[in-house]
Amino acid sequence: MSERALTARPRARDHARVVGSWRAAWLRVEGHWTWYRRYWTSNLYSSGLQPLLFLVAMGIGFGSQVEPGAATGGLSYLHYVAPALLVAGSVQNAIGESTYPVLSGFKWQKDYLAVTSTPVTPGQLLGGQLIWVGLRLALAGTVYALIAWAFGAWLGPGVALAVLVAVATGVACAAPMMAVAATTYDEGTRFAAIFRFLVMPMVLFAGTFFPITQIPPGARWLAWISPLWHGNELARGAALGGLEPLAALGHVAYLAALFAAGGLAARHYFYKRLVV
Amino acid sequence: MVEAKALAKRFGEFEAVRGIDVHVRRGEAFGFLGPNGAGKSSTMRMIASVSPRSDGELKVLGMDPDREGPRIRARLGVVPQQDNLDTELTVRQNLHVYGRYFGLSRARVRAKAEELMEFAQLTDRADDEVDSLSGGMKRRLTIARSLVNDPDLLLLDEPTTGLDPQARHLLWDRLFRLKTTGVTLIITTHYMDEAEQLCDRLVVMDGGRIAAEGSPSELIARYSTREVLELRFPPGEQEPAVERVTDLAERVEVLPDRLLLYTAAGEAALEQAHARGLRPASSLVRRSTLEDVFLRLTGRSLVE
Ligand SMILES: Nc1ncnc2c1ncn2[C@@H]1O[C@H](COP(=O)(O)OP(=O)(O)OP(=O)(O)O)[C@@H](O)[C@H]1O
Ligand SMILES: [Mg+2]
Repeated sequence: MSERALTARPRARDHARVVGSWRAAWLRVEGHWTWYRRYWTSNLYSSGLQPLLFLVAMGIGFGSQVEPGAATGGLSYLHYVAPALLVAGSVQNAIGESTYPVLSGFKWQKDYLAVTSTPVTPGQLLGGQLIWVGLRLALAGTVYALIAWAFGAWLGPGVALAVLVAVATGVACAAPMMAVAATTYDEGTRFAAIFRFLVMPMVLFAGTFFPITQIPPGARWLAWISPLWHGNELARGAALGGLEPLAALGHVAYLAALFAAGGLAARHYFYKRLVV
Repeated sequence: MVEAKALAKRFGEFEAVRGIDVHVRRGEAFGFLGPNGAGKSSTMRMIASVSPRSDGELKVLGMDPDREGPRIRARLGVVPQQDNLDTELTVRQNLHVYGRYFGLSRARVRAKAEELMEFAQLTDRADDEVDSLSGGMKRRLTIARSLVNDPDLLLLDEPTTGLDPQARHLLWDRLFRLKTTGVTLIITTHYMDEAEQLCDRLVVMDGGRIAAEGSPSELIARYSTREVLELRFPPGEQEPAVERVTDLAERVEVLPDRLLLYTAAGEAALEQAHARGLRPASSLVRRSTLEDVFLRLTGRSLVE
């Protein structure tokens, strides 16, 4: 009897396996998607529609009071601000998705501990998180772009490239934020501070609503080091043209470096926290 | 299945596991028994290949966890001491998502999830969010989830904590059946009856070391007497009674609420106690259990 049972039992060694790294990360995305499917309406609302409210208020409402001039490159304020709002919304989403939700995986829900008790490694888990954030940003950015298009906010097809820029800038910010989340052991009080003292000032002053040439020269470096400014420049270049190739390269390099450094740090701290 | 030599785990300066030798054979149920902080979970996590060892040797399923962690984990089932379910997913989705991490096809995961929900008696809650389940139901789901890949080695860290008696007995039955199909079980528990029922062999851990090893009956024979006489006295009368009974038994254990007299013949000892004019409020003669072994080895009672 037990002899028969022994051979009849399906066994892990026969069908469970270690999947490749990309596949493992993708399975994590699949897990998130399972969740997202149930909540997509409220999510899309908060992540895609919020920047739209800004677009209506600032681009159309406030913008109606702004004369096209040198500061806006001779464009209407709506055209000037639309690409930057896309990137700013993306960056805020990305940072939001990389703080409390990530900390919860380690601390409250502890589902990261569940994932890493399977063949999936902490590095692959991190990869999955980043891809997932990227996909959400792409979805939110696309929704924003489509509706903004109905408002006449775009001048040409360059907006598609601007959405890509928004996703890239967001993911570049998500990587270091995940490193921060992985090193957070308290209730995440620092996240609120990061939002208030880093993210909000960045959104307000890093060239989203007005060119950084308006900032006193002594403080301008603050905008230069902010990832959002680089993203804004690239997105405007994509949507409106007029960006020097060399400058574009510099912006891309900055974001790539941020992503690489942040990603490596996050990887290090994910391992440190999950393999103890 | 598991081979550990001088296995140690340090957290900074603190040594949670201080060099233990463990050998778990294929198809057996092996138990870790020990008080809080003994190092049971730390050991389990090293075996689960999620926690690197600080010292010593460890082979799980013939592989080194440091180098082949993912390959080992592919064949393990893990029930952690603390549930780590995805509380925003439904019962069914938890099983689906988790199963996929083992490289299982969607079809296989779907079929397996139905089977496991039946197993955990959660079929009628299949589409409820985990958040809405009771603690015991979550525990059952965690146990069900650990079986999604048909593991060759199942690690259960206090599996039945939080389960009601009926669910516990059901789980024992299921674990026993899994064992007969050739699955190797490693269990930590605070419940002596659980250890006696389930474990072929067990070790008693204390302070990061192994205090004793053997089958439940061997341990009882080695570390306890055949019978135990329990005497309960009215408040204040226990202390003076202690020295009047010490010579009635091989060993006397003084607990806050009662005296335990270890002797081969409990009834005879009770008669003698009465003959000496002792009037306990209640008395009980019983067989020795692992509880007594535990008390002897660790000086602590398991049921706090
Ligand atoms: N991540 C950690 N960092 C520091 N110390 C730890 C860590 N994990 C466990 N310890 C310590 O190691 C010791 C053993 O803990 P462990 O969880 O292995 O005990 P246990 O036998 O499972 O106890 P319990 O019955 O309470 O579950 C404890 O003193 C605990 O404080
Ligand atoms: Mg424990």
